[in-house]
Amino acid sequence: MELETQRMDCLTLLLKMVMRLATSIAMLTVIYLVGYILVKGIPNLSLSLFVWEYNSDNVSLMPALINTVYLTTLSLLLAAPLGIFAAIYLAEYARRGNKTVQMIRLAAETLAGIPSIVYGLFGMIFFVVTLKWGYSLLAGGFTLAIMILPLIMRTAEEALISVPDAYREGAFALGAGRLRTVFKIVLPAAAPGILSGVILAVGRIAGETAALIFTAGTLAKVPQTPMDSARTLSVHMYTLSSEGLHMEAAYATAVVLIVLVAIINGLSTLAARKLTGGFHE
Amino acid sequence: MNKISIQNLNLFYGSFQALKSLSMDFQENEITALIGPSGCGKSTLLKSLNRMNDLVSSCKITGQVLLDNEDIYGTMNVNLLRKRVGMVFQKPNPFPMSIYDNIAFGPRTYGIRAKMRLDDIVEKALTSAAIWDETRDRLKKSALSLSGGQQQRLCLARALAVAPEVLLMDEPTSALDPISTLKIEELLNALKRDYTIIIVTHNMQQAARISDKTAFFLIDEMIEYGSADQIFSLPKDKRTEDYITGRFG
Ligand SMILES: Nc1ncnc2c1ncn2[C@@H]1O[C@H](COP(=O)(O)OP(=O)(O)O)[C@@H](O)[C@H]1O
Ligand SMILES: [Mg+2]
Repeated sequence: MELETQRMDCLTLLLKMVMRLATSIAMLTVIYLVGYILVKGIPNLSLSLFVWEYNSDNVSLMPALINTVYLTTLSLLLAAPLGIFAAIYLAEYARRGNKTVQMIRLAAETLAGIPSIVYGLFGMIFFVVTLKWGYSLLAGGFTLAIMILPLIMRTAEEALISVPDAYREGAFALGAGRLRTVFKIVLPAAAPGILSGVILAVGRIAGETAALIFTAGTLAKVPQTPMDSARTLSVHMYTLSSEGLHMEAAYATAVVLIVLVAIINGLSTLAARKLTGGFHE
Repeated sequence: MNKISIQNLNLFYGSFQALKSLSMDFQENEITALIGPSGCGKSTLLKSLNRMNDLVSSCKITGQVLLDNEDIYGTMNVNLLRKRVGMVFQKPNPFPMSIYDNIAFGPRTYGIRAKMRLDDIVEKALTSAAIWDETRDRLKKSALSLSGGQQQRLCLARALAVAPEVLLMDEPTSALDPISTLKIEELLNALKRDYTIIIVTHNMQQAARISDKTAFFLIDEMIEYGSADQIFSLPKDKRTEDYITGRFG
């Protein structure tokens, strides 16, 4: 008995150490990465990087920064409502265990795992060529929207399903209809989970290059219309570093990209907290 | 007066019959307790009185349940039925929102928006559920911050806020400590003046203490139904006697 507990203690200790080690390694990697970029990038942040017009001397990231905001907004506006409403249908309205629902779920899961280049090629063939949109913000936005749709749908559905049935029963028992129950009770309770899906999607959009080069193109200008070509920060970084002439500017761009994503995520979290009244978390 | 009258009710989950040709009446302004071993269909019976069984897709029902002589499985709107027949669940299930919004959810469902009206309803409901004093200063706080016993009284208040006629309670005190349990029991005694109360309980003493009538169920049928005094002192059926004296179940 004594020995048994001692062995247990040893095992617990060992497991604890392994977990600590794993956590440390994960943390250190992130800290190192971000630190490295900040150290390399911040000294290279200069005012000339933020002038409105790009040229090959100032390699301004301003157009790319604005394009990133445009493209993220456009893709999210297209994909988030669609994905969330689809998830609501699947989780709240469709019968549980329904065959069609399971098919859709499987399809979404598969689509979520497809490399972005495939979406890029599809976007090029369909939006750029067939619909004759050309390399454009619009084609890029639609392509990325399709790319993140399965991700948003899956996470939103997960979040809805994990809302306890006791909440739904409580609302129904008060005579609330399904619509009211879903929108006033279930959706707010699922908001944090849905939001984390949206944040993941923002990350994928902000980090996307391959799919965009084929659809939105690489023009470093602030677009006048949605039909203009537009390069995002990631694409900008990719071009800068592949040319090999402006590595400092590429690091500086990375810093701006990190800050931008942090700001977008912060804003989304704030919005969700407003939405749920802060009673979750 | 008969508030609810069940006539020849049969209930199936798929091919499994959970209630067999059940007929019984529930009196207005009385507390009726349903007792019996687990799995004998007490919760099922309760849920067929406010049609919560509609949510179970495999559930099929034959027979009639009359509320004030109107068949609830007929043309009656199910949401209006549930407004008239409120329910408190076994596990307290406050919504993850403020105490105030929990209570106001029901009234808002029925279109009450005016702040003064809502304030009034919230205070009255919390008072009736004997939890006003504990919550009056923290109405904007999350309902999840309350203790289990408080949460259950909040759920009772939430049910009362839509002014139901019948209250269904499924083992409402089984998750609570003895003091909270006593509080709820006292409350029910006061509430029966205005409501018809039907309560499922596993606790014999509780049934004996609070109920006017008691029904004993076994497997899928009602064995005995009578005044609580009679059931607990002079049960007619041997099986009822065995159950209440703790010889099985
Ligand atoms: N949703 C359901 N689907 C299938 N069978 C169910 C369902 N709910 C309850 N049952 C079955 O019906 C019987 C009665 O259950 P229940 O009403 O919960 O009993 P009690 O509340 O008396 O313990 C049990 O055998 C149970 O397994
Ligand atoms: Mg039960």
